[in-house]
Amino acid sequence: MIRAEAIKFTVGDFCLGEVSLELARGEYFVLLGAPGSGKSLFLECLCGLNRIDSGRIVIAGRDVTNLEPCERGIGYVPQDYALFPHLSVAQNIGFGLRARRLSSAKISQKVGTAVDQLGIRHLLDRWPLGLSGGEKQRVALARALVVDPEILLLDEPVSALDEALRAEVCLELKRVQRETGTTTIHVCHNFEETRIVADRVGLLRAGRLVQVGTPGELFDRPADAEAARFLRVGNVLSGEAERCGKPLCGGDR
Amino acid sequence: MAVGKSPVRGWRSRLFAAGTCLFLGVFVGAALLLIAGDMLYVDKKAVMTVLTSGFIRRALWMSVWTSFTTTALALLFAIPMGYALSRYRFPGHLLADTIVDLPIVFPPLVAGLTLLVFFHQTTLGRWLGKVGLEFAFQPKGIVLCQFVVSASFAIRTVKSAFDDVDRRLENVALTLGYTQWGSFFRVSLPLVRGGIIAGGALTLARAFGTFAPLLIFVGSFRGRTEVLPTTIFLEQSVGNLEVALAVALLLIGVATVCLVIMRLVGGRPLVQQ
Repeated sequence: MIRAEAIKFTVGDFCLGEVSLELARGEYFVLLGAPGSGKSLFLECLCGLNRIDSGRIVIAGRDVTNLEPCERGIGYVPQDYALFPHLSVAQNIGFGLRARRLSSAKISQKVGTAVDQLGIRHLLDRWPLGLSGGEKQRVALARALVVDPEILLLDEPVSALDEALRAEVCLELKRVQRETGTTTIHVCHNFEETRIVADRVGLLRAGRLVQVGTPGELFDRPADAEAARFLRVGNVLSGEAERCGKPLCGGDR
Repeated sequence: MAVGKSPVRGWRSRLFAAGTCLFLGVFVGAALLLIAGDMLYVDKKAVMTVLTSGFIRRALWMSVWTSFTTTALALLFAIPMGYALSRYRFPGHLLADTIVDLPIVFPPLVAGLTLLVFFHQTTLGRWLGKVGLEFAFQPKGIVLCQFVVSASFAIRTVKSAFDDVDRRLENVALTLGYTQWGSFFRVSLPLVRGGIIAGGALTLARAFGTFAPLLIFVGSFRGRTEVLPTTIFLEQSVGNLEVALAVALLLIGVATVCLVIMRLVGGRPLVQQ
């Protein structure tokens, strides 16, 4: 569905990559990493908001590496949601549909479907500045989903919400993703969030993808000691593994 | 006194508010006092002269159309220039940014001298005159003079407004299917409307009051290159101080009405709760 091949992007002293990743259609992938590990940069590269130095991005069989963001068929929810403050909730959600020159009736119908799916019909006439964090998140999600994107990119979508609301919203994200079947990449640094939504998880560290697997694989068998410490796996003990008296690979294993 | 919801105010807060408003009151009061002084000096005869003189009517019309034309031209330049200065980093950015501010800092008289020298003493200027773009001592030279001394205010204000627009909003518009053009017209431009109005108001005010460069570049020909500030100069230079002050009051009145209308028409809040 989406294939990132050896993506490399440099900004200042920071170098992302080379990162390679392949997602199946309908998969919910979580990109986990500490703040500053390059997660948001990676999403921006997929969106086309950053021109990559090298590598290739293929979405739904189309090489989109050199295409503008508007031509990539993506839905993007940035941190803090970036709702347009000069537009009402209804206009925010229908914003992408206007770019596709749909009729007003079609826009109303699609916006109606999206708001019903996310339970925010009562917000349609409200304005972004008056919404709570959870409401903003749902509106931003509706705005991204209403254009039927090939892939949905969520940049820390629940980090602005309070602890009590996060799990609830994550469950809702997962439900909506299952209903729509949209391939999703969700960036975060929260393990609870990861366990709730992820089909697979990638661990990004200092711009490099160090491990990819199911949440179980990642939390049960971290790639190395540093990954184990980041994932807060208890009982990290130093030692050497050996078989028949011969060291396997040494180091912390 | 407070806008929208206000917190509980104790005596310290009230003292603070009173302190800030005191400065505002002194400034506005002093301005009104000066205008009142002018009004007291002007007699009925001077008012009648202003109301009936064809020259003054023509000067008023010249002031109005040239100032509005200048404001429109200034905004036409300010919007793309403000965006470019705010969003792009290129070699010479600092120099370009500084040059934009130059007309704000140098004396307006210099603008008139510079234009006169350019159109009369340089090859390019003389060639422009030969192909029909003669500005010196022409009504369209008034617009050029006003533009040179006032456009910087619009550019600077609009640039600051673009600086305040979150780039992520533009990025989201791009991912939702809009090109850079669409993102600009649908997101960035509506969000800087307040800055455009403020820049337009500053430009209009400056253009309306421009005089020194006009005296040098277009002269003070009665009925031909005469704007209201020129009328004031001409009347006071022949000793008609009452008429000069009456024209000044007319200038203040028209400028105030124009600025208030601009603020009322364009200053409605775009972002609602």
